[in-house]
Amino acid sequence: MTRVGTVALNTFREAVRDRVLYNLVFFALVMMASAILVGQISIGIEQIVIVSLGLSAISIIGLLISVFIGVGLVSKEIDKRTLYALLAKPLRRWEFILGKFAGLALTLTVNTAAMAAGLFLALFYVKHSIERADTAVLVAVYFILLKLALVVALAMLFSCFTTPLLAILFTAGLYLAGLFVHEMRGLQGGLIDPALGRLLRWVSYVLPNFENFDVMGAAAHGRIIPATLVAQNTFYAVLYCAIVLTVAAAVFSQRNLK
Amino acid sequence: MAEPAIDIENLTKDYPYGFLQLKKRRSLESLTMQVQTGEVFGFLGPNGAGKSTTIKLLMRLIFPTAGSARILGKPISDIAMHRNIGYLPEQPYFYDYLTAAEVLDYFARFHDFDATERRERVQRMLKKVGLESAGRIQLRKYSKGMLQRVGVAQAILHDPAVVVLDEPMSGLDPVGRREVRDIILELKKQGKTVLFSTHILSDAEMLCDRVGVIVGGKLQGVGAPSELVGLKVQGMEILFELPGSVESGGELLAQATRTGDRYRLQVAESGLYAAMERLGAAGARILSVTQVKPSLEEYFMHLVEADRAQAAAVEVRAK
Repeated sequence: MTRVGTVALNTFREAVRDRVLYNLVFFALVMMASAILVGQISIGIEQIVIVSLGLSAISIIGLLISVFIGVGLVSKEIDKRTLYALLAKPLRRWEFILGKFAGLALTLTVNTAAMAAGLFLALFYVKHSIERADTAVLVAVYFILLKLALVVALAMLFSCFTTPLLAILFTAGLYLAGLFVHEMRGLQGGLIDPALGRLLRWVSYVLPNFENFDVMGAAAHGRIIPATLVAQNTFYAVLYCAIVLTVAAAVFSQRNLK
Repeated sequence: MAEPAIDIENLTKDYPYGFLQLKKRRSLESLTMQVQTGEVFGFLGPNGAGKSTTIKLLMRLIFPTAGSARILGKPISDIAMHRNIGYLPEQPYFYDYLTAAEVLDYFARFHDFDATERRERVQRMLKKVGLESAGRIQLRKYSKGMLQRVGVAQAILHDPAVVVLDEPMSGLDPVGRREVRDIILELKKQGKTVLFSTHILSDAEMLCDRVGVIVGGKLQGVGAPSELVGLKVQGMEILFELPGSVESGGELLAQATRTGDRYRLQVAESGLYAAMERLGAAGARILSVTQVKPSLEEYFMHLVEADRAQAAAVEVRAK
């Protein structure tokens, strides 16, 4: 596991030195501007506006980093041939994959935590207090982080066997499809052919269910998010990531580096 | 006999190509060879001959279509064995956001050295490859030659028993080449096994106990450079000056090659004394007489040309 940690820390260092965390400046500006604006124009809905805006920004920025950097984690190392000297060391290919994933997950955690702190500062600015119900916002941020980890795992899987452009398209496509799994399960009855309905139902269970991670509405309205949902989403994300990374490692372990 | 440090048996590699990747191009064909413990082995061949393919197969960067290989008695799939091998890729490229010291420290971590030992080894290696003063500069500011030096440093950082260098002299200036040659000779003195591929035949002749020549994916010859090219004297070369008139040299002078004020004349071994007498009579001052032997380069070119001729014949038959 030390070797996995070494790769992970180097991946984090790469993100920091490549100025990935500069997006925080953009986020800070958005939150400051919206807090000042909301403070002047909204009456009674400050929390809803700030939380919705903040969580959306955290999610979008996180998704962009996950997809674009996630795809490059493996492909960039192959293209630049930085991997050659590394794999000649006593490092297994699955350890490399796991280390890269952990490194980007660490980057996203630091990034998301910093953005969450910015969101709470903006919330405090407009409400002049932070209440117990605001913990729902923290849970929503945690769910975004789980979702991002899943996206990184998928991006890495695709980048193990296809070109970076296709890997981006596949990851984005799967993410969008994963936002509609409940609708896919609901497309039955007289609306479509029953066989197609059954197929869609099966597909919906295989697709990553990103809908479950979206609790933005509840967090914005200060509603409590049940602990069972937290446990269920955590278990689901860990299991799904483990499966996807196992497949990615298996594919990468057989890959010829030209 | 001791077990070879590197033992390659029938190693074959096909690369798929075409839209559906159904066609196969053979890059390496049934390569069988051994590198003995403690020897410096040069792997020679033109571009695309299969040198890098062989080395990548040994490093498990690509996988063989057939055959097997063992390093230090263990199959190449054994990750623990990688603690004892060092590898310099061809045209190495490292994380350009790191400094040379950071890259070496990063690689040293995979060998479980503690922080003090890592620091000490990194400094020693930077000094050895002449990068002591540039160790704190990010690699994105390094020249190709400097990157090559970092590559050599990371390959020997952990004191491996077997060192595999893919074109170690590539991109280096004469000073850098001399330094890498010295490093290879030092590794040999320490009893390490070195396998390196190169295009520079003079380096191979100077450094290698044995060489293997690969052309068109097939090993064409293995042995000590002198064994390969043969010890038979092809003739004698007389180096002389002609202070007098050029006409006085007569017929012999017409056969000689002029370089500046000096002339080189190649004659058969049996005709040496007669030629020297005639040159003496013409007033020539003989500077040296040396035996003419075939060089490794001639042997290499002979193999390459034979392979090209064979490939052309196959192409004609196919048409």
